[in-house]
Amino acid sequence: MLELEARAEPSRLMSWASPLLAVALMLVGGLVVFAALGKDPVEGFRVFFLNPVKDLYALSELLLKATPLMLCAIGLAIGFRANVWNIGAEGQFMLGAVAATGVALYFGDSESALVLPAMVLAGAAGGAAWAAIPALLRTRFNANEILVSLMLVYVAQLFVSWLVFGPWKDPDGFNFPQTRMFAEAATLPIVIEGTRLHFGFAIALAALVAGYAFMNRSHAGFRMRVAGVAADAARYAGFSAARMIWLGLLLGGAAAGLAGMGEVAGPMGQLTDKVASGYGFAAIIVAFVGRLNALGILLASLLMALLYIGGEQAQQYLNLPNSISMVFQGMLLFFLLGADVFIHYRLRLRRRGA
Amino acid sequence: MPIPPPPTAPQPDPAAVPARLVLQGIGKVYPTVVANDDIGLAVRAGEIRAILGENGAGKSTLMKIIYGVTRPSCGRMFWEGEEVQVESPAHARSLGIGMVFQHFSLFETLTVVENVALALPGKPALDELAQRIVEVSARYGLPVDPRRHIHALSVGERQRVEIIRCLLQDPRLLIMDEPTSVLTPQAVHKLFETLRRLADEGCAILYISHKLDEIRALCHTATVLRGGKVTGECIPAQETPASMARLMIGKELPRCEHDAPQAGGEVRLRLAGLSHASDDPFGTDLRDLHLDVHAGEIVGIAGVSGNGQQELLRVISGEEPLAERFPVQICGVEAGRLSPGRRRRLGMAFVPEERLGRGAVPTMSLADNALLTAAHNQGMVAAGFLRFERARAFARRCIDDFNVKCGGPAAAAKSLSGGNLQKFIVGREILQAPRLLVCAQPTWGVDVGAAAFIRQQIIDLRNRGCAVLVISEELDELFEICDRIAVIAKGRLSPVRAAGATSIEDIGVWMSGLWPGAEHAADAPAATETPHA
Amino acid sequence: MDASLFTSMLFATVVAGTPLIIVALGLLVNEKAGVLNLGAEGMMAMGAVAAFAVTHESGNPWLGVAAGMGAGMAMAALFGVLVLTLMANQVASGLALAIFGVGLAAFVGKPYEAVALQAVPPIRIPFIADLPLIGEALYNQQALVYFSWALFWGLLWFLHRSRAGLVLRAVGESPASAHAIGYPVIRIRYLAVLFGGAMAGVGGAFLSVFYTPMWAEGMVAGRGWIALALVVFATWRPLRVMVGAYLFGGVMITQLFIQGSGLQIDFPSQLLSSLPYWATIVVLVAISRNRNTIRLNSPVSLGKPYRPDA
Repeated sequence: MLELEARAEPSRLMSWASPLLAVALMLVGGLVVFAALGKDPVEGFRVFFLNPVKDLYALSELLLKATPLMLCAIGLAIGFRANVWNIGAEGQFMLGAVAATGVALYFGDSESALVLPAMVLAGAAGGAAWAAIPALLRTRFNANEILVSLMLVYVAQLFVSWLVFGPWKDPDGFNFPQTRMFAEAATLPIVIEGTRLHFGFAIALAALVAGYAFMNRSHAGFRMRVAGVAADAARYAGFSAARMIWLGLLLGGAAAGLAGMGEVAGPMGQLTDKVASGYGFAAIIVAFVGRLNALGILLASLLMALLYIGGEQAQQYLNLPNSISMVFQGMLLFFLLGADVFIHYRLRLRRRGA
Repeated sequence: MPIPPPPTAPQPDPAAVPARLVLQGIGKVYPTVVANDDIGLAVRAGEIRAILGENGAGKSTLMKIIYGVTRPSCGRMFWEGEEVQVESPAHARSLGIGMVFQHFSLFETLTVVENVALALPGKPALDELAQRIVEVSARYGLPVDPRRHIHALSVGERQRVEIIRCLLQDPRLLIMDEPTSVLTPQAVHKLFETLRRLADEGCAILYISHKLDEIRALCHTATVLRGGKVTGECIPAQETPASMARLMIGKELPRCEHDAPQAGGEVRLRLAGLSHASDDPFGTDLRDLHLDVHAGEIVGIAGVSGNGQQELLRVISGEEPLAERFPVQICGVEAGRLSPGRRRRLGMAFVPEERLGRGAVPTMSLADNALLTAAHNQGMVAAGFLRFERARAFARRCIDDFNVKCGGPAAAAKSLSGGNLQKFIVGREILQAPRLLVCAQPTWGVDVGAAAFIRQQIIDLRNRGCAVLVISEELDELFEICDRIAVIAKGRLSPVRAAGATSIEDIGVWMSGLWPGAEHAADAPAATETPHA
Repeated sequence: MDASLFTSMLFATVVAGTPLIIVALGLLVNEKAGVLNLGAEGMMAMGAVAAFAVTHESGNPWLGVAAGMGAGMAMAALFGVLVLTLMANQVASGLALAIFGVGLAAFVGKPYEAVALQAVPPIRIPFIADLPLIGEALYNQQALVYFSWALFWGLLWFLHRSRAGLVLRAVGESPASAHAIGYPVIRIRYLAVLFGGAMAGVGGAFLSVFYTPMWAEGMVAGRGWIALALVVFATWRPLRVMVGAYLFGGVMITQLFIQGSGLQIDFPSQLLSSLPYWATIVVLVAISRNRNTIRLNSPVSLGKPYRPDA
């Protein structure tokens, strides 16, 4: 019978190979799913996995989708490394979008060059402020940040729908739940002519670099890593647990808020009640699949973006609900979590009773 | 340790009594280590056999194999003449094998009777069982209240529960794994009486220990293990501690060089009426502690675990800051409210009890672990960013100066043996040239060679003018290295005595809370039962 | 408040609290064994969609409940393989299960989004249902409401009177000790995880087959998370789970009644709808403030992976 045997040292090879193994298993799983749904697996594979990368425009859409995922995930990864489980990025994303929208609506048709910087700041601040609630309740009252940050997602969603159905509803919008379109000065510039890829992508890349420097090179990042793997050691060394909770949640919130700002000031150009569309939750998967490090998150966000777009393609060409992308995303994470066991264990054949 | 008269129980006639348990060629191989290699052993009814060996010799693995917790990789086992394969602890119990674990296998939030019920076959009614517990505890002199929760019991009482749990199954072989490490010298005597009585009734006993005096006082025979192999058998009563030590470690027991302390050093650590309520519901409150530790001396604090040592260490290290400044003074600064980092900057270094997970991060490299406490002190941080080359260089120094056997600064902390990791941690703290060093159990679970090395390093540090506070449960160790000794019991601190002016017996009595002028001397008999954290 | 309004609010409160009770009691057993499964939301969603689909196809709501239970257990089994056999991180795996379950439910439930089910008639208990005020509210209810009460009493007996319950608590407190005295820790944990999944599935089935009755993406609406919070709030005690669940049910129903009452209060309905979530946060804070309440009551090994060394 097969059994797991602890390795003397964690396998470096496997820690790189297991995400690849997970991706491979997901692709196989994908073929099985298509076959089970009565679709031609090869056609399904082509539509789902190849259409999103078939030309420059498709690639730009891929990067566009990856932008909010990257931003949210790098912020979450900083907290996750310290065992600060912020799973409310979805809500922080929405609050960032709301704050940025507030600035855009306040300035109206102004052409000031300060509008966008103000929106960037407001987005980050909005997300951070929403994340400050679980941080405060955790450090002050020991309330579990997983549950609090998650509850605040529902609150944020209801808050956004109140705004777009109520005070911020576009008076000329035929009663649709959305705000007015933002002015030119409140919209992020396009970086590649003829596509929708906007300046937020550059911000996301910069955030990845900053995240890398923080996590791998800074003393604060080191302290958070220690807290994540050995809380007692962090206490012994005198690293303040409260500071790490604040830092983890505020950075995660600010990054998610920025991502939210990027959506309303980028492809959407307005706030609607569908603003978040699951990016905050998908970013949790991105962070894990990306091994909580910057380079990994870059690759994982591209992969997840591919799954999103693949889902849209499947809806369009294969007549499948686009929630199929969530199925693939979930499969990916499950396979990864399972494959990770081989970093610390190896399979061994054992005869019964031996 | 007082040496009672040699065992009087007669050696059973080998021909008349069949061996209760025989092991032949037992081996156990783990991926990283051979824990047991070709071990043979026999124990008869009525015999108390010591399994002697130092930390890491393979004693505990062997006992787990006998009790069915672990399966051997090879070898045969005979129980009362029949070959058996012990499949599980339940199987072992059904054969008549009982085991008292070193780290108790009790459930803190359950009551005594529930704990006992869990180990018994069938579904005993709890009321009847409680009655039987009372009977057995009366018969063997092991008083315990079956209705109490384990977390409310002292360490000694917990051990009684473990023993009673075994006795209720009428064991014919009882395994005791390092049973005295948590007891006062007086409690050890009581335990020995119980064990002798059991042996007289025909129970075979395997007694695992590395304490030579105890084995000479209690055991009829001994099997000595070293590096997973049997290196000899002996009759302890006919041996000297030195001859048994040679069997155990292959050489003489190393001793430290320890000369008289320099007098008149300045006070580096002062506890000035330190009181602190533990925030852990099962913890011990500290009450009005006074202590001075001077430059150039080693002060030891003895005590049975769970009498406030953890709380005291946390308060001194700063992991648990106080509301007031004055009760803890470090190098002349009132430091009660300072964080651990600030206290380190005053010149304090700290070696915690647990190595893996507290003193060092298991999965991180030694260089990263150097960053843990030495980052600021050794200039490893510039403008908030880490200077890895400095961390590596410092880790390299710890490794070289303290003879740490490892794969270099990049080796993960958990890849080191206990002794080597402890040498690294002690080295990391000492090489920061502290003015005050606080150590908890500096040689706990460390092999004899590493222990002697670490003790000598601590003494050398004191000779260079550092003040040292050592908190330990090993009286032998304290008497070997300390200039002055105090005892902590029930969160109170005894007067401090010069080590030469007191004895292990006196300190043993103090460990029950009975020192001259102790406030609660009146409830003396109960004083041995201090709640455990 | 007039008598009929009281009765109908009490009735609605009991209905709203029932899925929370069933799910939270399942999670309580799950956590008593020392395993933290954050995937309740996903298991409920899968239970809801499976129950709805089977009820719709077969016309039999009880087959639907069984399917919901099976779906919840299948999801829990997936989780069990990850954290118990492969020793994956419990928090990460639970989050994965939550995200995956919600997604998969949305995917397989697509064809059922526009479908309605016939309401299942309540079961009237003779005589006591005629009691004034409370009779109609408590004893003319859906069968699963009575099931939630039975589950409560059964669990009380199981945890505190039965040998199996004692073993379960022991495993949750110290798996190493339980292993050392010979209990099959992993097998016991699997059973507890499966039970948690089964109850989450039944809770989901109650939502889609009896409560609404319909299927819509996102209809679980955080109830799985609220149930997780309830277990903490209840400090792992069944009675407090009951009290807490009805409290939450009451908050949900009150805000619905205010919205539906036509009372001219100037407060937006969306913000009213966020009340149950705020209530969860407030209660969590209230119960967590004193660290010792959690520390003394939570299963000691909760969330920590355990693997017996062979």
